[in-house]
Formats: sequence, structure tokens, C-alpha cells
Amino acid sequence: MPEPGYLALALGVAVAITVSLRALPFLLKKPIEGSALLADLGRWMPLGAIGILAVYCVARIDFAAAAHGVPQVAAIAATAAVHLWRRNALLSIITGTAVCVALSLVLG
Amino acid sequence: MSATLAPTAPETRSGLVQAASEVGVIWLGLFALGAGFGVLVTSHGLPWWLAPVISASMFAGSVEFLLIGMFATATPVATIAVTTFLVNSRHLFYGLTFPLHRVRGRLARAYSVFALCDEAYAILTTKDPDALSSSRITWTQFGLHASWAGGALAGGLLGGLIPDLPGLDFILTALFVVLAIDAYRDRPDRVTLGLAALAAAVALLVAPGSMLLVAMAVFTVTLLIRHHRSRHA
Repeated sequence: MPEPGYLALALGVAVAITVSLRALPFLLKKPIEGSALLADLGRWMPLGAIGILAVYCVARIDFAAAAHGVPQVAAIAATAAVHLWRRNALLSIITGTAVCVALSLVLG
Repeated sequence: MSATLAPTAPETRSGLVQAASEVGVIWLGLFALGAGFGVLVTSHGLPWWLAPVISASMFAGSVEFLLIGMFATATPVATIAVTTFLVNSRHLFYGLTFPLHRVRGRLARAYSVFALCDEAYAILTTKDPDALSSSRITWTQFGLHASWAGGALAGGLLGGLIPDLPGLDFILTALFVVLAIDAYRDRPDRVTLGLAALAAAVALLVAPGSMLLVAMAVFTVTLLIRHHRSRHA
């Protein structure tokens, strides 16, 4: 096991950087608080950022694995279909995850 | 902490109930993923307590998985700093539009900034800010945080006793798919979706290893241009 002093320093640095990155935009945006720019970003950014996070999840699927990404792709289709049909986030997430787990067990 | 996180009893209860009914299943999912992280920590020969300590103090899932391997091999702190910076730089964009103005109390606001992970951003920015109470925001975040750290504690202590269910990590993909559909239905903005898709494609081509950071940066630049053009049109 590495030295406790090293672990404390390494973790402390990683935490400080993470917290700074989260706090910085709140300080940086102070001068443009209430501006048309911030209003536009507030209107546009969430949808795009969540879309990017969704694409990221798809891009991380390992198509070379034993199941060739079939469980994940089928589960995304199931999640979207159930959500468009019933509009119930909980139901959509549980259905999609169940599909992914079941297919991973069968095909994995 | 309790004084600012819990302004009044009734509001707190409804904030907790709202958060739990909305994202309780995500809390369960994060607990399971946290347990996986805890198992990974001990399998690297690191002490079990390090799993909850890291998860509680940092609360940034993806980089934690990377750091464990680096901690175990005593990688230089400078390398750890650069890795953390690169992986977490995407957070620079979240604060611009996160509804922090809805959070009451200095301590609660500080906590809300500290616990601003991808999931918290995605869940809370897709709601009408005026409908979000302070306690609903902080409970949503605290639930994510406590589940992740609690899972890490369980995984660290129980190790291999926890069955590994393949495909369970899909729960976060499902969350983002659902939130993307909701956000689009709320505001069917094809231009935004197109720009985000373009930014994601560029990032995957240019820097697949730092996809999130590059995509968020490119997307933000396209929004700045869009804002500028709409003002001068």
C-alpha cells in the first residue's frame, strides 16, 4: 500500500481541482449575470449538454465485447420507446436497465 | 449543515419526497455502481476505507475509477492533478446554467456547488427553475452523493461478496436518454440538438479520449456564435 502521506496529498489535490472546476463558472459568470448571453445559454445549454452526455454513453459501448453491444443498443431502444409511450421516467429507466441486464446475462 | 440544508420541516419533507420519487431509482443505481468502485479499490490492494473516503470527498465517478489505479502504483501527484483536470474540466460549463439561485443558505449553496456532478446537472437543469425548491435541489444532490459514497463503503467492506450484475451501469445511460427526450419535448429546439450532435461528432473524431470536454467546449463556442448572430441579425 502507498504511504498514507502520499495518499492524503494525491487525494487532496484531486479534490481541490474538482471543487475548483465546479465553483469557477459561478464566479466567472458574475459580470454577465442577468445578461442576454446568459439567458440564451440557459435556454440552449441543458438540452445540448444532456444530448452530449447521452452520445458519450453510446460511444462508450464496447462493440468488440462478447455481446457486441447488443444489450446496450436494445436497452436504449427500449428506454426511448417506453418513455415516448408512457412518459414515466422511472418506468423507462427500470425497463431499459432490466433489458440491458437480462440481455447481458444471456449473451455475455 | 442541517440548519441550512433543512430550512423548514414541511418544505424539507416535500423536497426529500419529491427528490426520492423522482430520482430514487438513480440513487439505487449509484449505490450499486459505488459498490463496484469499492470492490475495485480493495482489489488494487488499497485499504477498504479509502473507497468511501474518496467517494465522499470527491464525488466525481469517472475520474475516481482512473485515480484508483494511479493511487495504487503511487503515480506522481502532478500526473494525478493533470488527469483530474482534464477529465473534470467539463464541469467548467455546468455552473453557467445550473439553478444555484434557487438554493437558499450559504452552506447549502456551497454544498450544491461541491456536489455538482453530471447527473445532478442533467436532472436539475431540465426542470423549470421556478418550480425547484431549495430542499429539492439539495436532497437530489445529497441522495446522489450519499448513495455513491454508501455504495463505495459497502463495496469496500464486503468486497467480492457483492454479486456483480452485468449491464447494471446502463442505468446512467437510461437516465440521460430519458432526460434528453424530456428536455427536447419541453423545448423542441432542433438547432440546439444539431449543434450538440455536431460538437459530439467533432469531439469523437478529434479527441475520443477527452470526448466530453472537447464536445462541451465546441458546443459552447457554437452557442456563443449563435447568440452573437441572433443579436446582430
